[in-house]
Amino acid sequence: MSSTAFDALKPSGMPRPRGNGVPPTAADSAALERTWRDPPGLVGWLSAINHKSIARRFVLTTFGFFLAGGLLALLMRLQLAVPRNTLVGPDLYNQLFSMHGTTMMFLFAVPVMQAVAGYLIPLMIGARSVAFPRMNAYAYWVFLFGGLMLYAAFLLDIGPDAGWFSYVPLAGPDYSPGKRVDFWAQLITFTELSALLEAAIIITTVFKLRAPGMTLARIPLFVWAMLVTAFMVLFSMPSVMLASTALIMDRLVGTHFYNPAQNGDVLLWQHLFWFFGHPEVYLIFLPGLGFISAIVPTFARRPIFGYTAMVLSLIATGFLAFGLWVHHMFATNLPELGKSFFTAVSMLIAIPSAVQIFCWLATLATGRLNLKTPLLFVLAFFFILVMGGLTGVMLASVPLDLQVHDTYFVVAHLHYVLLGGAVFPLVGAIYYWYPKFTGRLMSERLGQWNFWLFFIGFNVAFFPMHLLGLQGMPRRVYTYPAEMGWGTMNFIATLGAAMIAVSVLLFIVNLLRSRRHGEPAGPDPWGGGTLEWATLSPPAAANFDAIPVVHGSNPVWEEATRPPGTPSAVGGLAVDAREQLVTSVLDAQPDHRSQFPEPSIWPFLSAVATTVLFVGSIFTPWAVVWGAVPVAVATTAWFWPRRRETRTHVALEQQP
Amino acid sequence: MPLAAAAVLLLACMGAHASPLQDVLSPAGPQASHIRDLWHITLAVCTLVFAGVLAALVLVLWRSPRAASTTAAELRPAAARERRSGRRVGAAIAASVLLLLFLIVASVLTDRAIAQLALKDAVRIEITANQWWWEARYDDDDPSRTFTTANELHIPVGRPVLFTLKSNDVIHSLWVPNLHGKKDLIPGRTATLQLRADKPGVYRGQCAEFCGFQHAFMAFLVVAHPLADYEAWAAGQRRSAVASGDAQAVRGRELFLGGTCVMCHTVLGTTASAHRGPDLTHFASRQTLAAGTLANTPEDLQRWIRNPQQFKPGVNMPASNLPDEDIKALAAYLRSLS
Repeated sequence: MSSTAFDALKPSGMPRPRGNGVPPTAADSAALERTWRDPPGLVGWLSAINHKSIARRFVLTTFGFFLAGGLLALLMRLQLAVPRNTLVGPDLYNQLFSMHGTTMMFLFAVPVMQAVAGYLIPLMIGARSVAFPRMNAYAYWVFLFGGLMLYAAFLLDIGPDAGWFSYVPLAGPDYSPGKRVDFWAQLITFTELSALLEAAIIITTVFKLRAPGMTLARIPLFVWAMLVTAFMVLFSMPSVMLASTALIMDRLVGTHFYNPAQNGDVLLWQHLFWFFGHPEVYLIFLPGLGFISAIVPTFARRPIFGYTAMVLSLIATGFLAFGLWVHHMFATNLPELGKSFFTAVSMLIAIPSAVQIFCWLATLATGRLNLKTPLLFVLAFFFILVMGGLTGVMLASVPLDLQVHDTYFVVAHLHYVLLGGAVFPLVGAIYYWYPKFTGRLMSERLGQWNFWLFFIGFNVAFFPMHLLGLQGMPRRVYTYPAEMGWGTMNFIATLGAAMIAVSVLLFIVNLLRSRRHGEPAGPDPWGGGTLEWATLSPPAAANFDAIPVVHGSNPVWEEATRPPGTPSAVGGLAVDAREQLVTSVLDAQPDHRSQFPEPSIWPFLSAVATTVLFVGSIFTPWAVVWGAVPVAVATTAWFWPRRRETRTHVALEQQP
Repeated sequence: MPLAAAAVLLLACMGAHASPLQDVLSPAGPQASHIRDLWHITLAVCTLVFAGVLAALVLVLWRSPRAASTTAAELRPAAARERRSGRRVGAAIAASVLLLLFLIVASVLTDRAIAQLALKDAVRIEITANQWWWEARYDDDDPSRTFTTANELHIPVGRPVLFTLKSNDVIHSLWVPNLHGKKDLIPGRTATLQLRADKPGVYRGQCAEFCGFQHAFMAFLVVAHPLADYEAWAAGQRRSAVASGDAQAVRGRELFLGGTCVMCHTVLGTTASAHRGPDLTHFASRQTLAAGTLANTPEDLQRWIRNPQQFKPGVNMPASNLPDEDIKALAAYLRSLS
């Protein structure tokens, strides 16, 4: 089509928006800031779609749920500190551990990783935004409302009490009457919806929005980890959504999916739940590995050793994670030969993790070390996660599992894996990227205290649980007789929990204090090599004044050695419109320019409508019918085209 | 410092003594012994790996030079050193693979060893789990020799035992760590578990799958006797209840049979024949009350009858508003059912 044909379509008085220069001028920066920032005021706040605003809210919300879940854990530890304690009765205790597990798994561990990724991935790959920014906002609001619904139920004493795993028939209509488990099942719907949307966003962002030159072989390992995680979410979450929908239908409309009296099967629940539940462990753990792979090179002052092996390990973990769910069901009467297969897979998944651990050790061994707080948290990983991984190897064995399954040994194991594999790296990651988020460094002194209290407290709290399990203490008991002799170690564990609480308090103090009084960071306080360190701290609304062109795996480190005559940045992208460069999947060749949507209140309103539907359906099936109407209205308004935006699109369609 | 703290902690934990009644590492039969042996092998391998990784880490931290954030990154590390690292990483991975294969083989062999129990002359016990107690039906080819008891199993030493496992309500899990690992009792499915006790003794078991309110107090005892003692016990269990002639016990029997007790409990040889609660025919022969909640003493029994909810909130047995005298009589009657 000739340029004159375009001109004919062009509405009069609408010049093509101006493109940025290389290097960008001050006017370009100011225009970009105006274009990409969120609108002011309360409505503007609710309409925000900038990926950094949404990610910041997301991280803070998940952190709030982490604190709530931690308080529940403290109450449990107080109850178990001495035998035959009457501080908390069985009713509240069952709610406490159900809420603790549900909170930590569904409202903290998975979403916090996606939230951090929502902030960092565009910065790491040189994009102006995540893909589908309005959907990103919607996913956040749905998550927030789901979490609030669960806590509202808990505070009204109708919190779920059948465990975070809600085994039927205990969670079915006959043995859990009332609304408690309905709230649980519907929370799953909320968080899964949010997680699936976020997964689609992450995959699209990583595949299509990378800066030119960032081939698949140059993606930062954290981004790889999140990509694999997102694919795992895509394949695992539908399973639990199906399971929880069948459960809520059994409970609310009298179906019999899990009712053995009507040829339903209670083990169907366990298969569906663990087909999601075991991959879930890895979709908490893989982002943790990604954090470590980001932190280790920076503090060892060299690129990661064995990049290709690391990527292949992440992908292998992603595949193997779907082949070992039955190790949660070794005590059921499934065929014994089949169980041996799951033993083998459960043990072999240790190999990709071992590959990564050895590669990090090689990186550290051949690097020059800068022993700052983020690196300390990573070093703790080597102690805690390796121990958790080894007890995992024990649990993979059918005979050993039959003894320690559902005992405190498993409680110890899972906390070593999840805290060692995800929370320690996450806290390290927050120390690492806090200057990027806020422009200020966190206090190193408080950081050291925070670290040592957490590390020692963690081991004091959870190591004795291994022994308690071997001494026969089952999980999920609200108390135990004194003559069992479990009192001493439970008391020690409670002391450890208190130490963790103090350490988390120090962390909060450090976060709040450093916001105002921290040392100004500058763009690259640690001397990092990936693209997020090439922009301001905190980044401008558009992330980069000019989209960088990438020539290697560590663009910031390699900038000095860039061959003369090669481009450093992309010029000509609109500064007055939300324009984003879209590149090819494999080689990140520039493909086309895409118009990104503007802020809108409709994602928020759609989330409210969705919430009304979901919560309403707990009380009447008709909510699904009538509740769908506002959802349809809100999502239609969300996608309704606006004249001004269309005019800009058309103006941009001109041949350059 | 972390290592020292861990060591101190480990010692403190070792010092704390637990009841050997319910202990994975005090096996009393071949199944639990095989698993204990596998545990020792696995623990040794895992400790070796853990120590190896930590030693490597300490060595790395000790030997690597220090740097600051401003130190220029080494973009192209020396090729010879990278190759050496590659060889070391490769060797470590190969060692991990070999150790894991070894553990897989050890695990599968243990699994086979556990399953190899000749079931000739096996004592057959059908266990039905309920919220929150255990019913045990001792099966026999001669129907007149079957009998039912609750919350306390007796088994002969040296003879295999075959459990058939069922559930009346939700999923439970049978676990006597000194004898064997767990097996779930799943409504709508029937599972089996085979084991043998080689040492006489009392072993405690407990429900291991979360089953609601009183999951914490769903325990039972397994008493392993020499064969002759077991036969004597079983013969006693097959007999109907022998009521005591004591006036208080007679009064208790009237209250029991005339009151609400009979709506849930069975006492063989009387009109009480309901199955919602534990069979009480030989109640006095048991060591605990309410699936391990209390000791079976006259005082605890009276307190239990008066208000079970105080000790086991949520249990199906309601509180009683009988006067003290009647409660004492009821307790006297139950205590006479030996």
